[in-house]
This record gives sequence, C-alpha cells and structure tokens, in this order.
Amino acid sequence: MSPDTARSVVEPGATAKLLAAVLVAAYALVALIPIVWIVLTSFKTPSAAIAYPPSVLFSPSLEGYVNVFTQRTRQTPEYMASLPPPETWYDALVRSRNMVIAGPSRFAERYWNSIIIGFGSTFLAVFLGTLAAYAFSRFRVPLKDDLLFFILSTRMMPPIAVAIPIFLMYRTLGLSDTHLGMILLYTAVNLSLSVWLLKGFMDEIPREYEEAALVDGYSRFQAFLKVVLPQAVTGIAATAIFCLIFAWNEYAFALLLTSGNAQTAPPFIPTIIGEGGLDWPAVAAGTTMFLVPILVFTVLLRRHLLRGITFGAVRK
Amino acid sequence: MAEVALERVAKRFGDVQAVAELSLTVGAGELLVLLGASGAGKTTTLRLVAGLERLDAGTVRIAGRDVSRAAPAERDVAFVFQQYSLYPHYSVYDNLAFPLRSPLRRMAEDAIRRRVGEIAETLRIAHKLDSRATQLSGGEMQRVAIGRALVREPACFLMDEPLSSLDAKLREDLRIELKRIQRELGATILYVTHDQIEAMTLGDRIGVLEAGRLIQVGTPRELYERPASVVVARRLGSPPINLLPAALVGQIVPAAATLGVRPEDIRIGTVGLPARVAAVEALGAETVVALDIAGTLLHALISGEADLVPGAGVHLELPRERLIAFDGAGRRVVGAESLPA
Repeated sequence: MSPDTARSVVEPGATAKLLAAVLVAAYALVALIPIVWIVLTSFKTPSAAIAYPPSVLFSPSLEGYVNVFTQRTRQTPEYMASLPPPETWYDALVRSRNMVIAGPSRFAERYWNSIIIGFGSTFLAVFLGTLAAYAFSRFRVPLKDDLLFFILSTRMMPPIAVAIPIFLMYRTLGLSDTHLGMILLYTAVNLSLSVWLLKGFMDEIPREYEEAALVDGYSRFQAFLKVVLPQAVTGIAATAIFCLIFAWNEYAFALLLTSGNAQTAPPFIPTIIGEGGLDWPAVAAGTTMFLVPILVFTVLLRRHLLRGITFGAVRK
Repeated sequence: MAEVALERVAKRFGDVQAVAELSLTVGAGELLVLLGASGAGKTTTLRLVAGLERLDAGTVRIAGRDVSRAAPAERDVAFVFQQYSLYPHYSVYDNLAFPLRSPLRRMAEDAIRRRVGEIAETLRIAHKLDSRATQLSGGEMQRVAIGRALVREPACFLMDEPLSSLDAKLREDLRIELKRIQRELGATILYVTHDQIEAMTLGDRIGVLEAGRLIQVGTPRELYERPASVVVARRLGSPPINLLPAALVGQIVPAAATLGVRPEDIRIGTVGLPARVAAVEALGAETVVALDIAGTLLHALISGEADLVPGAGVHLELPRERLIAFDGAGRRVVGAESLPA
C-alpha cells in the first residue's frame, strides 16, 4: 500500500505528528535546563557563578575544571611575587587568584573508581543475568516461580534498608572500601532487574531457532552463543544501560561503605563544596564530567534502548 | 537416505498423553505424511524423532541405529519448522551455510559455497543469497528453510507443516516443487500436516493420527477407499464423506450402523431414494449439491453444471459397491462392498 492511495486510520496524521514533536521538544527543553545550567556554571568564574541576576552570556573560564582537579593554597602577595613566571596556563589561572597549585585533587582517582565499579558491576550483572534468564526461560528449573519471586523480592525494599547489616558484613569480610566489595554490592542489587528484564527478552525469542541449531549439529551452548545471544543484543543493551545508570549514580552505599580507596565520584563531588568556600564552578565541572560516560554509553546504545523499552508492547 | 523406524513410542506432557504406543516405519526414500487434527500428536512425533523431546517409552531407529537417547545433533536429521526457522541476524547465504558450519561436520568454506550455490539454484533463490533473512517474502523464507534442510543430505527430513503459513497459490507451487526434489534426491521424509490435500498429493503413504494414536497407515488411495474408521474416512476428501444411518438406505451388511458415501459417488436421477435439493454451489468444473433426506444432509459432487434448483424433489442412487459400512463403534465393516446387491 503506498501512502498516497490510502490513509491508515491507525497511523497518526501530519498535525498529530507535529503536535507530538512540539510537545517532545518542549519537554526536552524543560528537562535539559538544569543540565545546561550545570554545564554553563562549570565554565564560569566563581564570582560569575553566584552573580545576581544570573548571567547567561559570560566569558568562559576553565577555572572550575582546574579547581576540580587540583588542590591549591592561598599565599601572601610577597610570596607570589617571588615565584618564577608560571609554566602553564593553569598555573597562571590559579596565580591570578593569589593561589598556587599544591598538588592534584582526588577527583581523577574517584572518577576512575566510578568507572571500574560502574562498568564492572554492570558487566557482571548483565553476564550473570543473561545466563540466569536463559536458564529460567528455557529449562525446567525446579521451583522456578518461587526462585524468580525470590530474586524479585530482593528489590522489594530500598537497598539502603539493609545498609547496616551490609556495613557490618563488609567490615568483617574485609570488603569495606574495596572495588570488589562495591562491584559485588551493585551486582547483587542489579541482578534482580537484570534477570527479570532479560527473561522477558529471552521468552520472546522463539525456541525454534535454537532447536533448529540443535538439529543442525550444534550443542546447546553453541546454539546459545550463535543464535540466542545475537538476538538478545537489544535486551542486553537496554539492561546494561539500566544497570549502569543505577551503579553510576548510587550515592548512599558509596558514602557509607567507601572513604579512601574505593570512593566513587558521587560521594566525592559534594566534598568539593567544603574546600575553600563554595566553589560552584568546580562542583559543576565535576558533575559535567560525571555525566559524560553515561551520555556516551546511552548514545552508543540508543538504538537498542528505544527498541528495548518498547519491546513486548508491540509484537513483530 | 535411510529408513526411520519408531517402535511403541510414547510421550506424555503432564496429564496429556501426546503420543501413545506409536509404531511406524518410514522406508528409505519414502515420503510419509502424518495427518491429523491439531493436538493429535503429529508435531510431538516429529520432535521425538528429532530428539527435541525425550521419549517416555519406545525406540527410535534411524538407519538401523538406535538413537532413542541420542542428542538431536547426533541423529543426522534435518528439521523444517512451520515458521521462525530462519535466523534474522544472518543473510540468506549464512542461513543456508549454518548447518554446514556446525562443529560436528564442519566443511571447508569453498565446499560450503558450492553446496549452498547448488541448493539455492534448485530452490530458485540464488538471486537472494545476499539478502537478509528478514527481507524475504513468505514463500522465499520457506524455500530457504527447506534449503537449510536440503544442504546437509541428512539421513532423513522432518517437516512440520512447512507450507501452512503460505497462501494457497504458493503452497501449491512449493508442494509440487517439494515432491519433485524429493523424487530427485530419493529423500526420506516424515511430513506433518493437517491439510488433507497436501497429504493426498505429497504422500507415498499417509499415517492418520488421532489423540496420540496412529489409527491407520496406507497409500492415499487405500485410505480414501478403505478407511479403517469413520475418523479416517472423514479426514480425507472434500467435500467430506457423507455419513448416514444404515437404516435410511436399507440393510446392506448386518453389522453396519452407519454408511459412508463419497460425494462423487452419489448419482442424482429419477430412481432411488427420494430427496430434496437444499442448496446448489457451482464451482465451475463441478457442482456441489446439498441434499436433504428426511432431515439428514448429504453433499453430492457432480461434474459440470447441474440443472437443479433448491427445493426441487430428486431421487438418489447410492451405488452399493461404493458404500463404506461402519459398525456402531465407527470401525469399517470389512467385506461390505463385496456383498451381492
């Protein structure tokens, strides 16, 4: 059927589509304002950041980014005058505030911790979830429904409700403030979501595909790798995004269980505020950089995400 | 190609006895059709042969070897599913090459290319080899699905209603093609369908399944002319066989409770049983006439056009030698057609 010979009664018309586009654009604008504001603030100087009325047009500065990565000390004008000329642009920037760089801040470390723990736990949750979901979807597992309910039940109260038991357990096991401890914790929390979500995707893949492969001379595991996995990619990608977003943004456990070694970015960023007055551009710079990995990951997988969240609602 | 033998095979799903006491041998190079209503156990039987279901009892032998406990991969069979058998993430070529790339019987890539090329040629899908499986029409998909089974030259083919998702025209084309390929290859095929026309035209022999039991096996002709029971008689023929109480026609054989008469055997004339014309359906080459005999509706198939109008009174002749007699339990009374008139 060509579009000009017949008009579907289900397909929205041009006006409806335009209206929908305007609504989506308006919503996107509203939703983006805080993020845009954070990004703008990250390029302001501390005084411009707290100016009233707030300035939208300003000359950008990288001071926030320099501050978030460095520790600085205030010096007397005499000492400043005695220094040799600054070697780098960020040295010059800091000196213009009567300060010198005392050393790097812990932001880079915390950021790296976030990446290891976030992606590590996402990988584990999705890997284990995929295998478990396949088993639940395809095999006669004894007490299957009870097991699935049990897995789901771990999500029925906020994770923080078990914070104290976990804190005590981790202390005893020596998992407090370790990367492994945080990865295991986030994996455990994400696993229920991962198993349930992926089981839905696996259930939608017709068994005939694997059965054809089995008859054609492949083992169960080979059939899983060659036939099931490629078709579950969408589900796996969508699940991975959800898991990563949780692990990346998690604040409460990170605050409770980590301090030095394995601290992630979320509990670290607020501590910037306390160092030498309210340094909003530095906080905003830290936040902006914190947003980037999720943004990149989501953009890379957006095709799958869109199909992933509408999956099951519409049958092919 | 090899012989496939099932001996007293049984399978139960929970409370449902899907297949019971089923014994059947498909000869080498034979196309045997399993015919039955949905839920009769046809697909389960096929899956038991393929090893996709575990036997509860009985034995499956392929080429003389007992494969009852063997994994599907070790049985050397090819399965054509009703649908969903093509991998959407592969091209047509990769779909066809998939069985040849299995770790069990890996072939060199250039040998695969030759083989896939041959099969694509046979099935007339050579121009589609680079397309993705999802870009094909229904008929092409089913050709590829059949091709995927053919590439391997297995001991036997198992086909589960491979044509049922196609429209009538395509179904007919592919049916003829399938029969041709089967003859050329001398392939052993166990073919499942609920479509009696497919069964009659494709099958060297037909096995009729009912509630998990094999109730009759024979050539299409045998089943049509000498059905073992009312169930088999009803399953073959369109319009379906007419069943009348024996008393209506007069006693022919003592044990007969019901008499079956094929629509094409009824002659409409001026002598015989009085009846009234209920409806006339002209199909072009033939005409189906619905007739009312004392409240029992019969269908007669007459070649050409019939000069009849609904409501008209006619007389029917039911040729004695063509009548099929069934006893009270629905079993055919043997020898009825040889009785003197």
